[in-house]
Amino acid sequence: MQPEAHAKAALEVAVLVSIGRHPLTGRARRADQDARGVELAMSLDKARITLMHAGALDDDSESALRGYLGMGFQTLTLVEQPRDADVIPALASALSETKPQLVISGERAEQGEGSGLLPYLLAERLGWPVVSGLASVEKVEDGVATLLQALPRGQRRRLQVRLPAIVTVDAAASAARQSAYGPARRGELRCTEALAVPDEASSEWTVQPARKRPKRLKIVKAASARDRFKAAAAKAEGGGGQVLTDVTPEQGAEAIFKLLKEEGVLR
Amino acid sequence: MLDSILPVLIFSALALAVIGAWRRVRLWRQGRSSPVPILKGLAAMPRRYLVDLHHVVGRDKVMSNTHVATAGGFVLAAVLMILVHGLGLAQGVLGWVLLAASACMFVGSLFVARRRRNPPARLSKGPWMRLPKSLMAFSLSVFLITLPTVGILPEDFGSWILAVALAAVLVWGLGEMFFGMTWGGPMKHAFAGALHLAFHRRAERFGGGRSTGLKALNLDDPKSSLGVETPSDFTWNQLLGFDACVQCGRCEAMCPAFAAGQPLNPKKLIQDMVVGMAGGSDANYAGSPYPDRPVGEHHGNPHGPIVAREGKALVDAETLWSCTTCRACVEECPMMIEHVDAIVDMRRFLTLEHGNTPNKGAEVLDNLIATDNPGGFDPGSRMHWAADLNLPLMRDVKQADVLLWLGDGVFDMRNQRTLRALVKVLRGAGIDFAVLGNEERDSGDVARRLGDEATFQSLAKRNIATLSQYRFQRIVTCDPHSFHVLKNEYGELDGHYEVFHHSTYIAELYEAGRLHFKPWKGGTVTYHDPCYLGRYNGEYEAPRNVLRALGIEVAEMARSGYRSRCCGGGGGAPITDIPGKQRIPDMRMNDVKETGADLVAVGCPQCTAMLEGVVDATAEIRDIAELVADALVTESDPHTQPTAEARIAIKEVAS
Ligand code: SF4
Ligand code: SF4
Repeated sequence: MQPEAHAKAALEVAVLVSIGRHPLTGRARRADQDARGVELAMSLDKARITLMHAGALDDDSESALRGYLGMGFQTLTLVEQPRDADVIPALASALSETKPQLVISGERAEQGEGSGLLPYLLAERLGWPVVSGLASVEKVEDGVATLLQALPRGQRRRLQVRLPAIVTVDAAASAARQSAYGPARRGELRCTEALAVPDEASSEWTVQPARKRPKRLKIVKAASARDRFKAAAAKAEGGGGQVLTDVTPEQGAEAIFKLLKEEGVLR
Repeated sequence: MLDSILPVLIFSALALAVIGAWRRVRLWRQGRSSPVPILKGLAAMPRRYLVDLHHVVGRDKVMSNTHVATAGGFVLAAVLMILVHGLGLAQGVLGWVLLAASACMFVGSLFVARRRRNPPARLSKGPWMRLPKSLMAFSLSVFLITLPTVGILPEDFGSWILAVALAAVLVWGLGEMFFGMTWGGPMKHAFAGALHLAFHRRAERFGGGRSTGLKALNLDDPKSSLGVETPSDFTWNQLLGFDACVQCGRCEAMCPAFAAGQPLNPKKLIQDMVVGMAGGSDANYAGSPYPDRPVGEHHGNPHGPIVAREGKALVDAETLWSCTTCRACVEECPMMIEHVDAIVDMRRFLTLEHGNTPNKGAEVLDNLIATDNPGGFDPGSRMHWAADLNLPLMRDVKQADVLLWLGDGVFDMRNQRTLRALVKVLRGAGIDFAVLGNEERDSGDVARRLGDEATFQSLAKRNIATLSQYRFQRIVTCDPHSFHVLKNEYGELDGHYEVFHHSTYIAELYEAGRLHFKPWKGGTVTYHDPCYLGRYNGEYEAPRNVLRALGIEVAEMARSGYRSRCCGGGGGAPITDIPGKQRIPDMRMNDVKETGADLVAVGCPQCTAMLEGVVDATAEIRDIAELVADALVTESDPHTQPTAEARIAIKEVAS
């Protein structure tokens, strides 16, 4: 046990955590995907993990943030931001200060915009690669991480990415461990001031509760259980699909427009 | 010659005993503080011993008489021996009384010896096997050395060889009885037991009282670690209590988890705590182990962890999570040791500090936090089951005679049938009642027993705040877990209510002539006592009275009343789901089968669910409320108001 050597070899990981919202009751909680991100970080060998949240501090957000601390952390860095702020500049500057090699976040937030764009905008600003939908991180060696990306129907793809990088996790990553009350209560929220940039665009939007989206029914004509099982497990056959390369934006838009018409999305 | 060495022997044994006692007291004092009235406790001790303890011991008549003879003889003989042989006060009758006392003790020890000839599996062996011989050595040698004192034998009787032999036997007896008592021999139970009775944490249990609610954990100090991590985190009188165990194994014989082959044995658990408090390994334990866990692989010390995060320490986590909190062990323990308190204390640490509630535990607790019910259902859908019943809501009526507490059974289709039956009965009796509807939350029972005291207190406080808005005479519920928590555990958080289990309430209504029943036409019926109604709340009679009123003669199971066997559903056990060799509900349905009953009457949603989950059961499972509702004779004139109202309301909706 040499703490010195340890510290040198340690992989700096930052996990971006947000305030979740329970789908039935709307109560604040740790966001499921972000908590999975924390779990992923905790599965890494010799990682030094920083939890980071950008947002406002109030009773609800505090209890949700403490939920992450309860997974076994002493501190969480809170980049304080007003409610209507665009948190990307603040997060980007906080990350470029702490210089983590790996940034983990959930795919999308459980409330607010929930557009899932944050990791991409952050990556664009920092000039780092993004890998989405991670199932696990297999190893990190010489600044290169070997990742396992989850694809639909349980398929996996192994990828290598040069660090620093941003990765996101969704429900394919392993479930988060239980949050324990004692450590959650004792943990410290370390507030840091940061420049607040108001989110101009969003102030012009009107927000309304989402409607349940219709789901396309997959009609399976199967005579036996075996057929049904095969149909359920089959890869999506993109029969009518088309890969367009080297086309002008107009041509691309044209193709998309045509498809949407065909599918009956646009009338 | 004996005359001169006797005082030396006696007083050195006493001195060693005092040193041992001091060391033992130091072991107990490693525990946390727990204020008890010391002098009052000591004063109450003889009564607690003679009445309360012997009330439990007396369930086994032979053993009880054996104990009276041996222990009574010993105490008297020991005191008189000190007076007569130690201080030389041999005048008058003292010597004769001493003779009688030691003779009495000797007879007792013969019975102890007889029981030890073919000891049942629940008894510990090891040093306990020599105890009858030691008792005999003591009583016989005291008897013999007293004979010359009272003049039956001449002073200089026998040779010096005889005297030396006698002295040697006496040393053995004194060693076991005085030295062993405080240095950890089998007689330790007498010393620790007496003090344990005096300083018991639940003094209300003595004198026929009951104290079954778990004690609240102080959550106010944010820096303190929660629950029991190491043996020294128990309170000192809990440690003292563990030390009082006589390893009689009565708890083991009653424990459903042990019988099911899950890795729990309450006796071993208590002995492990003793090992932990003194430091060492469990290798010297001479009783039945935890099923499938060999003895000798665990060890601990007063300040080391009881459950290791990884690997082995004093106890495995599965042991603690196997318990259904049925309290059969506590009910049966002659030393009045509180196993369930200890188990929940340790679970609190595992849940609140380690975040390690096994299997579905974490999910259930998350659900309770996010949706106020363990299943994670929409709290706004609590009343869907009663959409057609038009139940009066407290929010609308503000007051009612009876607040009907529905419990989380509202989300369970099976329990909804029971609830509908109960509503029918209440309406049949013309009771003015109302429900909280969506304002009701889980009572906190499961959270608390899974060790999540924080969630329990949060639910309890919010429920208490809701209840405080309304006026009602009493709470009635068909769920014994809610019943127990509301009645016995909300008090510490300032919620005081008069709470009735539906069987008690129905029995009262029947007594008052407000319910009339058709005669029973079904087959044989047996009754399963729910732990949280029976052992926790002492209600054994009301459900039987109701069944009698229905014209049912209960074919009792071998284990019923205070010895009822748990259905396996309490304490979050179905959630933590620790595997064993068989399932507890299967064993219970076997008990039912032995009575030949076609139907088993129950009074608890958990019991219903557990027992109905048994495949190929020989009996049907019905809640008492359902039986009552089926037999209900409603007077022909419809002056029963609520039903009429309900009808009108339904019309309005339909038009
Ligand atoms: S409460 Fe019941 S299950 Fe738990 S140890 Fe005691 S007898 Fe066994
Ligand atoms: S805990 Fe009680 S019942 Fe169990 S062995 Fe010890 S004294 Fe007997």
